[in-house]
Amino acid sequence: MNFFLEGIYQTVGEHLPMWLMMLIAAVTGIAVVLGMVSLIAMFSVWLERKVSGHIQCRYGPMYVGWHGWLQSIADGVKLLLKEDMIPRDADRALFMLAPGLVLAAILGAFAAYPLSPGIWFGDIDLGVFMIIAFSSMTTIGVVMAGWASNSKWTIYGSMREAAQVVAYEIPLGISLLVPVMVAGTFNLREASALQADWFGMKWFLFTNPFMLPAFVLFFIAALAETKRAPFDLPEAESELVAGFMTEYSGIRWSFFFMEEYAAMFLMSALGAVFFLGGFESPLTHFAGEFFGRDLVVVGAGGAKELNFAAIPYHLVAAVTLIAKCFFGVFLMMWLRWTLPRVRIDQVMTMGYKYLTPLSLLCVLGAALWEAGKHALFAS
Amino acid sequence: MTRETQSTPAASTRVQRLGAGEVSVDIRTPDLEINFGPQHPATHGVMRILMRADGELVTGAQPHLGYLHRCAEKIGENVEWLQYLPYTDRYDYLASMNNNLGYSLAVEALLGVEIPRRATLIRIICAELNRIGSHLVAFGTYGLDIGAFTPFLYTFREREWMMALFEKICGARLTYSYIRIGGLFNDAPPGWFEEVSRFCDVFEQKWQEYVDLLLVNQIYVKRTANIGIISREMALDFGLTGTMVRGSGIDWDLRRDMPYMCYDEIWRSGAFKIPVARGEMGALGDCWDRSWVRVMEMIESIKIVRWCLDNMVEGPVIADIPKTLKVPLGEAYVGIENPRGELGHYVVSDGGKVSIRTRVRGPSFCNLAVLEDILPGSLVGDAIAIIGSTDIVVGETDR
Repeated sequence: MNFFLEGIYQTVGEHLPMWLMMLIAAVTGIAVVLGMVSLIAMFSVWLERKVSGHIQCRYGPMYVGWHGWLQSIADGVKLLLKEDMIPRDADRALFMLAPGLVLAAILGAFAAYPLSPGIWFGDIDLGVFMIIAFSSMTTIGVVMAGWASNSKWTIYGSMREAAQVVAYEIPLGISLLVPVMVAGTFNLREASALQADWFGMKWFLFTNPFMLPAFVLFFIAALAETKRAPFDLPEAESELVAGFMTEYSGIRWSFFFMEEYAAMFLMSALGAVFFLGGFESPLTHFAGEFFGRDLVVVGAGGAKELNFAAIPYHLVAAVTLIAKCFFGVFLMMWLRWTLPRVRIDQVMTMGYKYLTPLSLLCVLGAALWEAGKHALFAS
Repeated sequence: MTRETQSTPAASTRVQRLGAGEVSVDIRTPDLEINFGPQHPATHGVMRILMRADGELVTGAQPHLGYLHRCAEKIGENVEWLQYLPYTDRYDYLASMNNNLGYSLAVEALLGVEIPRRATLIRIICAELNRIGSHLVAFGTYGLDIGAFTPFLYTFREREWMMALFEKICGARLTYSYIRIGGLFNDAPPGWFEEVSRFCDVFEQKWQEYVDLLLVNQIYVKRTANIGIISREMALDFGLTGTMVRGSGIDWDLRRDMPYMCYDEIWRSGAFKIPVARGEMGALGDCWDRSWVRVMEMIESIKIVRWCLDNMVEGPVIADIPKTLKVPLGEAYVGIENPRGELGHYVVSDGGKVSIRTRVRGPSFCNLAVLEDILPGSLVGDAIAIIGSTDIVVGETDR
């Protein structure tokens, strides 16, 4: 949260020790992440209901608020007030820990998500790495939940989850390697900044012919990674009742739900930043031209100053990225409400036999293309 | 490990201690016994299947029935002939019209009454519309079993109209008791036939939607083709009927082969065909073939309805039979083509007001028997698909 840190430093910097300011910034960051994840989850739940409703020739929620926009809040209250049930033979400690772990992992992954070109939680150089690592940590929580519930259906669900994530982590990572290689950075913010040319339309997707297949592969792998249909085998409701979540109810159950939507958003964010231009769009470009881009400028005396005039640009950039993310989320929902579910052996076959080799081919092709480009045009 | 070594009990229990903390890896845990149901989203009611599974592989399955047993047949021997009719609604609640029809035909066979032509035609319209409704549920919920939620709501949209049509003709939406012994409860209201005709027109368009959205969807085909294969021999051995037997490539339909009412007349006029699976997407008799037969039958039913509408006559809709029915001494068995197969009613009368034996041959119950043979060897996900493809209605298996 450099912007906040700088802001605090500017206003009360002289009176506070450095560690306290760091603490304040950290607490602010955590609060913002928590709020963001909850908001994203609530909005996504509402969106999912609306999308599914309209796909299925019905309205979805209509009664709580305008077009049911308060429905998620009503549901949240309901879930909070529900009886907290733990099955008698469950492993109590693990059972209670699992949803927390799942949520904590996805919250951790959000640390690498840049809010705007100048506002971020942590400017992590291995941002992609961190997001993938944290989001695969949720698998541990899921397996834990399935095991702790002490039910056969949950074991099936968690084992499927483990197998599926292991199979799809590889193509996910490798297909993401293609734009990372072109960008030359793991940092989400920097990668986004690299796509600013052509009036904000020099998206990685358009710069290399191997990007499009890589994007498709990435999207499929992301679907599997986030347990979305047609890869929703861990919670396949017609097969496994509710998979690993069978024994959960109330707020613990909603943690899994929040994780799912936050993970969808994060995966879409990765896709948006590394294939679809991140913050960049013509709108962002012109906002940048008009309002200026730097939030923190070096003033006359060499001291850093806050440049509030650039805030509209950052707002536009932030909204651009969020819109792109929700476009991805919408695609996932669209697929979920259209396609049947694939079978577990088909999931495995697809992951190991097709996606992994294809993504490797994409990396090879993209690397050769870039090398060729350098050889031809660099000299 | 190969399957052979796994199945020998000696190998399964051999644990060799090698040294401190070292164990040779030849441990085999016993098969997992899973209670599939009675409360499970994919059992379509309260059926219980005791499954044994080795990981994702189903090694054994045994259906346990009786959770919905309501002594339907015994009730039939304790109430008057006409009073039993509403009970027939309740065993296969997705095809109540057909159930009414089956029982009525059996009793009428004993009575030997002449059914007015108009009643017969309206009966066929109702039975076929109900067949469409039943197949819509079967196909929609089958998509649900496979994981596709949306086609289910599309099919229910058309079924809703079908139920509205029935509501107009008899006032009920699910348990009609419309087809009575001797004819019908009452005549169709004005404008009803026109609406049925409109329904047929719209349905033909919507039907294409199901085919495009689900039936030929690649994931759907991959999920359903080549699993749950019932060969011709197996289908004959188990005495399967209806869509199950036609899904195995055997051309057998009671409407043509043991005609009742005026189905033979419709058949001879060439108005409808009987779809028989050809194994287009995989082996003959797989789950896809059965669902294909159902989807195709819907459109054939529409043709039969059209034929009846075109040949509709004026006249009474119920034969002249007394309120308190005394059925002549004798026994009768009438099997009709229910959406799920042969629904047979066997009734015995001693000449009194009450049947002395009522026996129902339920298609779901008979078709269910094949599950025990086709489930083992499939994956858990396939097991759901196979159970769904048999299209059982638990209310009828248990009665």
